[in-house]
Amino acid sequence: MNFLNHYIYYIGAFGLIFIGLYIVLAKRNLIKVIIGLSIMDTGVNLFLISLGYIRKGTAPIFSQPGLDPKRMVDPVPQALVLTAIVIGVAVLALALSLAIRLYGHYGTLNLRKIKEQRW
Amino acid sequence: MIFVSILVIIMLIAAIAASAFKDLLNAVIAAALVSLIASILFYFLQAPDVAMAEAAVGTALVTAIFIIAIKRTKRNED
Amino acid sequence: MRTVISLILLLVIAVGISLSLAKIPFGVPKTKVGRYYIDKGIKQTGATNIVTSVVVNYRGFDTLGEVTVLFIAATGLGAVFATGKRKERGKVESASLVLTTGCRFLFPFILLLGAYIFIHGHLTPGGGFQGGAIIASAFLLIYLGCRGRRINEQTAKITESLAGLLFVIVGLLGLTAGGYFLMNFLPFGTPNTLFSAGIIPIIYIAIGLKVGSELAGVIDNLMEKS
Repeated sequence: MNFLNHYIYYIGAFGLIFIGLYIVLAKRNLIKVIIGLSIMDTGVNLFLISLGYIRKGTAPIFSQPGLDPKRMVDPVPQALVLTAIVIGVAVLALALSLAIRLYGHYGTLNLRKIKEQRW
Repeated sequence: MIFVSILVIIMLIAAIAASAFKDLLNAVIAAALVSLIASILFYFLQAPDVAMAEAAVGTALVTAIFIIAIKRTKRNED
Repeated sequence: MRTVISLILLLVIAVGISLSLAKIPFGVPKTKVGRYYIDKGIKQTGATNIVTSVVVNYRGFDTLGEVTVLFIAATGLGAVFATGKRKERGKVESASLVLTTGCRFLFPFILLLGAYIFIHGHLTPGGGFQGGAIIASAFLLIYLGCRGRRINEQTAKITESLAGLLFVIVGLLGLTAGGYFLMNFLPFGTPNTLFSAGIIPIIYIAIGLKVGSELAGVIDNLMEKS
């Protein structure tokens, strides 16, 4: 139980990364591959935030004048993950637009059939 | 601590379900559930800015863009 | 066959990662830069939200790069869909009166919430990207609820371009006012009030408007010819 107390966030984040990686490697439909990419993105962001956590810490905002700055969590990973989430959305939107154009051109979204067509 | 463990287990089950569903609409709803529970876990890790960004972007907008893309292509896998 | 090979590969990677992950402790402070930003954040920037001061002031150039990446992705999406044919808008039956009235009633309140979040970005949790995503969700509600109404594309494009230009102009003004690009040249004021923290509210207003109109334009591009 003590082991679980320490590492539950790491197990969750890496579980998501491995499930997303399995979807990208082993599935054949293009939209399902893009869903796997989105799950992997969420897992990486969760891992980055859990690196900056301090035990019994508070959020890094001075909302009242008398807060103790020695107990605040690390603000730098939060700033990096904010950028990463927005870039993940941008990549996802562009990938889906390319998937729609591929469907209009080939008539199917099965990756094996697209590879065999030899344009 | 028990609450966080239950949330992490539900998140992993939802991710496995997103891999196993054959109907693409069900898989997208499971991925939205993963993003929602990740937003709650961000709040437990004392990061309110990131929780708000993940909830607004990952749950609402990405799911809407996926559903519009599925409507313009096929609905079932293979 | 493909699933078995990928499962074996993932098992090997998982064993390797778990062996090296056991050495990283959970819940102890790991870096010294975060401690420096928390201790000197209010004095050097004037914002009480330390994450905002890191995103806009200490690492402001990375935020400019991210805004550029989002702009390139939205432009690329518009370019993929441009085929030169006339946009046809088929006949859609409009929804019931209750749904239409409810969505039209709810629309300005969601815009107000989004504007509140990005204007108060330096005092409370929030900021430009979160407020912009909420504004885009308001436009998505109009698309789903009152079917058949579209946003004005010229207004969205002009708003997005002007907001992006405002960000770069504020940075160049910091360059001329004495030092480096994106220097904080306006007075700081007293902390925890609305008009404080120099240029940080201005940059967040520009980012909020830009992201909101950009994502609304993305949804409009995906939904045409339905």
